[in-house]
Amino acid sequence: MTLDEMKPGTLCVMVDLHTAGPLGQRLMDLGFCPGANIEVVRNAPLVDPVVLHLDGYNVSIRHDEARYVEVERQ
Amino acid sequence: MSSSLLVALAGQPNCGKSTVFNMLTGARQHVANYPGVTVEKKTGFFSLGDMRVELVDLPGTYSLTSYSLEERVARDFLLNDNPGVVIDVADASNLKRNLYLTIQLLEMEVPTVVALNMMDVATRRGQSVDIAKLEQLLSVPVVPTVAKKGEGKEAVRIAVEHAHAEKTVAPFVVDYGPLESRIDEISAMLAGDPTLGAQYPVRWLAVKLLENDHEAEVLLRRVHSAPQGVLDAVVLARAGFLEGEGRDIERHIAYARHAAAGRIAREVVAVEEGRGRSLSDRADRFICHRFLGPVILVLILLALYQVSIVFGGWLAAEVWPLWGGIETFVSDMLPAAGFAEDPLVRSLGEWVVKSMTAILNYLPIFLLLFAFIAAMEDSGYMPRMAFILDRLFRRFGLHGQSTLPMILGGVYVGGCAIPGVMATKAIPDERARLATILIVPMMNCLAKVPLYLILIDAYFPQMGGLAMFFIATVTLFMALPVAKALSLTILRKKEQAPFIMEMPPYHVPTMGGVARRSIERTWLFVKKIITVVAAVAVVIFVLINFPGLSDTRRAHYAAEEKAAIDAFMVEVDKTEYKGVITHDDVLGIILFDEALRQAKVGVTDQAVSDTINERFDTANPVYSAVVRRQGDSGRTLNRELRKVVSVRKQLRREMRTERFEGSFLGVVGRAIEPVTQYAGFNWRINIALLSAFAAKENSAATLGAIYGIDGSGQSVEESMKQEEAGFTPLHALALMLFMALYPPCIPTSIMVRHQSNSTKWMMFSIGYQSLLGLLVATLVFTGGSMLALSGFQAMWAFYALCVAVTVVMAMIPSREEARAASEDGKEPCKENCS
Repeated sequence: MTLDEMKPGTLCVMVDLHTAGPLGQRLMDLGFCPGANIEVVRNAPLVDPVVLHLDGYNVSIRHDEARYVEVERQ
Repeated sequence: MSSSLLVALAGQPNCGKSTVFNMLTGARQHVANYPGVTVEKKTGFFSLGDMRVELVDLPGTYSLTSYSLEERVARDFLLNDNPGVVIDVADASNLKRNLYLTIQLLEMEVPTVVALNMMDVATRRGQSVDIAKLEQLLSVPVVPTVAKKGEGKEAVRIAVEHAHAEKTVAPFVVDYGPLESRIDEISAMLAGDPTLGAQYPVRWLAVKLLENDHEAEVLLRRVHSAPQGVLDAVVLARAGFLEGEGRDIERHIAYARHAAAGRIAREVVAVEEGRGRSLSDRADRFICHRFLGPVILVLILLALYQVSIVFGGWLAAEVWPLWGGIETFVSDMLPAAGFAEDPLVRSLGEWVVKSMTAILNYLPIFLLLFAFIAAMEDSGYMPRMAFILDRLFRRFGLHGQSTLPMILGGVYVGGCAIPGVMATKAIPDERARLATILIVPMMNCLAKVPLYLILIDAYFPQMGGLAMFFIATVTLFMALPVAKALSLTILRKKEQAPFIMEMPPYHVPTMGGVARRSIERTWLFVKKIITVVAAVAVVIFVLINFPGLSDTRRAHYAAEEKAAIDAFMVEVDKTEYKGVITHDDVLGIILFDEALRQAKVGVTDQAVSDTINERFDTANPVYSAVVRRQGDSGRTLNRELRKVVSVRKQLRREMRTERFEGSFLGVVGRAIEPVTQYAGFNWRINIALLSAFAAKENSAATLGAIYGIDGSGQSVEESMKQEEAGFTPLHALALMLFMALYPPCIPTSIMVRHQSNSTKWMMFSIGYQSLLGLLVATLVFTGGSMLALSGFQAMWAFYALCVAVTVVMAMIPSREEARAASEDGKEPCKENCS
C-alpha cells in the first residue's frame, strides 16, 4: 500500500521509498526511512496536501509525493 | 594583538537559528546575498577576548546534499571559506531529525560546537536530554541554550573559544556497514593526491562521490590530478553495491545516517510517559480544519489588510508633514524660483526629491506590513496558510506559498508589488516562484487606486461601488490564467520542487524579534530603492522636459510675463511706493508672499502667527506692507499682486503642458497613437500612462498636469470630461484595465530583477504586461464598440469572460499531470493485454 491511500487517523510503518533524485533525497532527509512510524494527521481543506506525523514532528506533503512511499498499516 | 575568527552558524529550519544569531551578535549585523545567488547572507560580529569574531548565518537546511540551492550555498561556504568553528544549532525538542544534519557537519571534519536550542520547549514536552552523554557520543562540545531568553550565550562563546584554541577535530564516523570497504578504497585513491588530501576531508569526499553528488564530482575534477581514474572506480563501486545489496548507495547512506541519529537520540533523550497531544496539535485541529481553516485564513488576511493598508494608510498621512518638510527644506536650499521658469537645478532637484518622498510616503505601511509578516512567520502560521491554499494555487501553476506575495501585492485593493515580489523568496519551487513574480505586479497596488477613482468618479458615478468591485476582483481572474499560461509555456522547463513542508509547532512571536525584522527589511528596501529611484527620476525628468520650448514660444511667454509686471508697475507708480518698488522687486514680493504662507502652514495659535508676521515685517517692511495689506497702498497693491500671481500660475501651467507635449515622451505618446487608438487612448492619455512607469501615482498627477488642476478650481474629473468630449465609459473601462495590467513600476522592476536574478526576466515582465494590457484594452474597447455595448455592459461581459477563462485554465493539466495521467492510463492496458 502507498501512503496516499491512507485515511487521516491511520498509523502506519514505512516499508520502502519508490523514488530517487531530489524528491527521494528530500524525503529521506526529512526522515522517510524504512521502519519509520508515520501517522496520517489530516488532509488540507481541499484534500491535498496531507499532514503527517513522524519522528516527533509534523510535515506536510502532496498526495502526488506520498504515492512513492510504501507503507504497511499498523 | 587582536586577531579575527570566522564562525559559521548552521542548523535546520525552525530550530531557532536566527534567534541564536541575534543572541550572539546583538545589533551588529548586516544583510547581503551570497555571491551570484538570491540566498540571503546575514553576517554579524562579536568579540571574544581580544578576538573579533565574524559570524555568518548559513541558510537553514535539513541536509547538505547538492540538490537545493540553499544546501549548495551552505556546503560551499563550509568547504571554501574555511570557517574556524561551526556552531550547529539543534532543536532539543526534535533532536533526532536535527542530529541528521549535525552528523553531516561532523563528517565534514570542521570544528563544531552544538548549541542545543529550545531546551524549554523540550522540557515542556516532557523530554530531558543527557548533555554529557551527547557530548561523549558526538565528541564535540554541546551547550544547552534558550536563545529566546538569552540563556546560554556565555557558554556558547566559551565553547567557541575552546574549539578554536584546540583546533583538533576528532571526526565522527558513521558506520556505513557493507559500504565501508568501498569508502576505504575511494579514500585511498583520494589521499594519494597530495593537495586534495591536505585541503579537503577525504572520507567525506569519498562518501559524497559514492552518493553520486554532482558538486563533489566538480570539486574532484578541479583539485585532483587524475580525476577520471577515481570517477571510474566510483562508477564501478556504485554498480557493484547496487548489485550486491539491492539498493542504491544514496539510500543506504541516508538510512545509515538516520539510524545513527536515531541511535544517539534514543540514548540521550528520555521522554516522560503519558503526555497527550501538544497544544500546537490541538490548535491545528481548528486552524487547519476543513471549514474553519479557510475562515480563519480570511480573518487573518482581513486583519493584515486593516493593520497595514487602513491603519498604515492613516499613519502615512500623519507622517506626511515630515516628508513635506524635507521637500520644503530642499526647496529652500535650491536657487530661488523664477517668474515663469525656474532654474534647471531647482526644478530637477525638486523633481528628484518629490519622486523619493512619494516612495518614502509608504514607509509606515511597509513597517507595519513587514512586522505583521514577521509575526506570521515567527508564529508558524505561514506553512499552514500554504497548506490550506496549495491545492487551489497549484491548478494555476502557482504554489501554496504564492499566497503571501499576492496578498502583499494587493489581491483586493491596496498593496504594493515591491514587498510582494520580495516575499516570493520563500517559494522553493522555481517555476511557481517565477510565475508568482510575474503576476504580482498585476495586483492592485495602492498607487493604481487614484487613477481608478478619477475614472470611476468621472464615468461610472452611478455604479461607483460596483465598478470598484469589478476592478478590485477582475485582476485575480486575469492573473490566475496568466500564471497558468506562463507555466505551461515559457516557464515549462523551469525546475519544480516537491511540496514538502515542515509544520513547526506554534510559537508566540516576541515583540523584539518582530520589530527587529520589520526594521531590518524596511531598511533594506529603503537602501535598495531610494538610490535607484533618484537615478531614474533624473532620466524621466529629462524625458518629459526636453527638448523644451522653442525660442519663439519662449519670447511669447516672456512678453506675457512683462505685460503682467508692467500692469502692476503702473499701479505701483500711483502709490507712495513709486520708486521704492521697481520691476525687479515683483518676483521678490511674490516669493515673499509664498514664504509667509509656507511659514504659517499648520499654525493655529494667534501668538505664534503674530511672531511670524513680526519676523517678516522686520525682514522687509515694504514687501510685507504689500503682502500683508498694510495701509491703503498696501491693500491696493495686494489686489494687483493677486492678478500677477494668477497670470504667473497660468503661464507656468501652459508652459508645462507645452513642454510636456513637445518632450521626448510626448513625441512617443503621439507616435504610438495609431496603435493605442484601438484601445481608446489618445496621445494625452499615452503621455500620462508613459509617465506612470516611474511610479504609478504619476498617471493621476500627469493627467492633472495635462488637464490642468491648478487655477481653474475644477477637479480633474470635471476638466477631463470637458476636454475629452468624445470620451465614453468604454474608454474609461479600457484605461482602467490597462492600468490594472500596467507593467511593474521601476522600483518593482528592480525588485523583479533582484529576485529572479536576471535582467532578462525583468525585461520580459515589463514587455509582456505592456502587451497584455494593450491587448485587453483593445479587446474591450474595440470589441465593446463593435458590439455597441455600454461601458457597464462591457465591464460585466469582460468579467464573465475572465472567470470562464480562469475555469478553463484550471482544467488544463500541467505537463507533469498530463504525463502522470497517461502513465496511469497505461497500467490497466498492460494488465488487460498481458
